[in-house]
Amino acid sequence: MARQLVFGLALIAALAVFPLFSPWSTVILTVALCEGLAALGIMVLLRAGQVSFGHGLFFSFSAYAVAFLAAAKVGHEALVLIPVGMAASGLLAAIVGLFVVRYRAIFFGMLNLAISMVFFSLLEKLFPITGGADGKRVPRPTFAGIEFGREQFELATFYVTLVLCILAALFVARYLLSPGGKALEAIKSNETRLEYLGVSPRKVLYGAYLLSGLLAGLGGAIIALVSGHVTPELAYWVRSGEFVFIAILGGIGGVAGPFLGALMFQIIRGYAAVYAPETWHAVLGVMLLIIIFFAPAGLYGIVAGKGGKPQREEGGR
Amino acid sequence: MSGVILEADDLHLRFGGVQAANGASLKVAANERIAIIGPNGAGKTTFINLCTGYLKPQSGRVVFNGQDVTRLSPQAITRLGIGRSFQIPQLFLDNTVIENLLLALSAREGSWSPFLAVQRHPKAEEMWALLEMVGLKETGNRIVRELPEGMRKLIDIAVALALEPKLIFMDEPTSGVSSTEKFQVMDTLTRVLDARATTAVFVEHDMDVVARYANRVAVWTGGRIAHQGTPEEILSHPEVRETVIGVGV
Repeated sequence: MARQLVFGLALIAALAVFPLFSPWSTVILTVALCEGLAALGIMVLLRAGQVSFGHGLFFSFSAYAVAFLAAAKVGHEALVLIPVGMAASGLLAAIVGLFVVRYRAIFFGMLNLAISMVFFSLLEKLFPITGGADGKRVPRPTFAGIEFGREQFELATFYVTLVLCILAALFVARYLLSPGGKALEAIKSNETRLEYLGVSPRKVLYGAYLLSGLLAGLGGAIIALVSGHVTPELAYWVRSGEFVFIAILGGIGGVAGPFLGALMFQIIRGYAAVYAPETWHAVLGVMLLIIIFFAPAGLYGIVAGKGGKPQREEGGR
Repeated sequence: MSGVILEADDLHLRFGGVQAANGASLKVAANERIAIIGPNGAGKTTFINLCTGYLKPQSGRVVFNGQDVTRLSPQAITRLGIGRSFQIPQLFLDNTVIENLLLALSAREGSWSPFLAVQRHPKAEEMWALLEMVGLKETGNRIVRELPEGMRKLIDIAVALALEPKLIFMDEPTSGVSSTEKFQVMDTLTRVLDARATTAVFVEHDMDVVARYANRVAVWTGGRIAHQGTPEEILSHPEVRETVIGVGV
């Protein structure tokens, strides 16, 4: 536990100072944290043994909500746009969740994928509204009422994102240790007993799905602001697959896992794109194979000293 | 019969060509210990499944404390006060024993705050006391998967008891328990059931256990009760001795 805490604090400290010495890394790190948030949402569902191949839906829905609001000058303030985007994806998760939590395993995963692909098609085809494949530009909003230049805006967004990630991770860690989190794990291990405790597995999974959608939405809202542009690619199945990839790469044994996975994913993608531009997907694939065979608990498992063992939550951090 | 808390009336259920319940009826009075005996395939577990919402009968009804529960879900029936343990223990294998009980406690108390760690439930001590009562306090922090089947059986029952049910169905509580330990297990269970004034219906194959711990026995054959009475009456019944117990007259 002490080891995980020290590592967590060291990771936060390293993240906090890195952009000060390497300003080029600010956007990359912010994108990694946004993907880490979506992967944290995937991790919550994986605790119930369910995997969503469609979380690009909530990521993109929130991003487009921010893009529309920013363009309409309704909310030209980042600190308003972020929670509004998150709430929009939460609302969508509340609706989609009513349907998908009735299913398990491959059906759960494929239904999420199907719904996200419907949304992807709408974003592509409704050109007059969404801008089609070109997407929509997101005008740079104010930050706490202040109009920043590009670099200052990126730096401010990064630090707000870092704080939001810490808060989200702490909340998820608490939730996983709570009766609701344990009931969520029980869906994976024994749904029958859960029912005979008088607990509805559907309600438990619905709550987790809602949380998962909110986390993906938080990531999507921030990525819209930091990239200044949204495209249908945010809803594409490849993006959803990346979130699952990141969650497995990072490990689901603790809430730091998805963020570790996202950072590693960005590093591999960045370097592989430079040194192996034609085969960087293969590099990612090999990396995942190594993790699955030699460290099934993911990067978090290695850090927490549980490298070879499948993960089991102990402290959530 | 006074103080009836559960009444199963004329339950019928057919699976393909098998009539698993064929007019099954049973009245259970408060504080009774009813043993259900019968050959394999007689419909004993099906009867428990029908009374606890796992299966729905094609006809007939189950009334618990005056309320028709025939079509209710297992969750709803459990919340009304019917608990159950299983022939194959149904537990959260990758959690510790105490976590299994604490989740039951949280379900009973409706404690779902995301800021309350399950281990720090204000009534957690109550679950440790229950574990002590069933003689499993030492195993509290062990992962269930690592424990032997007999111990899991007892934990399965303890989880059901953690819900403080008014009535508990136990499906073969002593199967998987060594012959030297089964009386010890049943003594412990009886003590807990008495302390909590919990009515119990249990399926059992061991006639020594039936004779010692039941105050009424129902003999199941062909999806219904063929005979019922006190253990003395049933265990000396010639037909029961021959067809169920396997001992000639």
